[in-house]
Amino acid sequence: MIQALAFYLFAAVTVASGVMVISSRNPVHSVLFLILAFFNAAALFVLLGAEFLAMILIVVYVGAVAVLFLFVVMMLDINFVELRQGFARYLPIGAAIGLVLLAEIFLAVGAWTVIPVTADSSITPIPPMNEVTNTHALGALIYTHYVYLFQTAGLILLVAMIGAIVLTLRSRSDVKRQSVDEQNARRPEDVVEVVKVGRGGGV
Amino acid sequence: MEIGAMEIGLGHYLTVAAILFTLGIFGIFLNRKNVIIILMSIELMLLAVNINLVAFSSFLGDLTGQVFALFILTVAAAEAAIGLAILVVYFRNRGSIAVEDINLMKG
Repeated sequence: MIQALAFYLFAAVTVASGVMVISSRNPVHSVLFLILAFFNAAALFVLLGAEFLAMILIVVYVGAVAVLFLFVVMMLDINFVELRQGFARYLPIGAAIGLVLLAEIFLAVGAWTVIPVTADSSITPIPPMNEVTNTHALGALIYTHYVYLFQTAGLILLVAMIGAIVLTLRSRSDVKRQSVDEQNARRPEDVVEVVKVGRGGGV
Repeated sequence: MEIGAMEIGLGHYLTVAAILFTLGIFGIFLNRKNVIIILMSIELMLLAVNINLVAFSSFLGDLTGQVFALFILTVAAAEAAIGLAILVVYFRNRGSIAVEDINLMKG
């Protein structure tokens, strides 16, 4: 009973904030509603017993990705009112395609029934929650069966990080910056000149 | 109301995920000019996929679904970082992020 209530609450807030993400007038509000959607999806994950993924969703999505979106939205000086032109024009066709897709999903999935599986039919069964935590079980799987995929995921993140830096790093010629190399390479004999000054004469 | 009707099953989670996925596609059509909202819609769709995977993992008692969701999370984070970097560079060069201006390559 309490689980059903919690599910309906979190699901309703997730869907409502999803609607607000795509229909909000201000992109900053869109990002904030995206964060709300992620939080409620994390709560749904907890209800499903995937605590580790729920925490990762909050740390990675809310803490990194959504804040990245927020930075970009605030950093770029964009006239968002101009970008919203045609909103009403695209509304009917977008709604039509969305509804058709939703109906297709329901027709396809609704006619399909899950065979009640027996416990031994799954390759990597979830261990009982009171013996092994979800994080422990996931770790035992990722670092053994899926170690190559795990390493590949790390490489993908590395490439993404280098790519983002290479794309956005630029050297600006109109800004004076300190060059430590040049300062360290400076020798006294290059810059200091000893001049013998005669009496009554200038340098 | 009987107790069995209140039971939350796999179908409930799949419904939420289907609605979220459709909202993501709807958002792409609705905000055709704003790349930032389109990227956010893609994030919504990936979230819907993750909900599907975790729901199946939980109801079928198989941990592999959660591993898949973890990798999708990784790829989504990389995609967001690269996408936003491209967006920033594009804005520096053109001073706009309108989708219909992105036609330099005439593809």
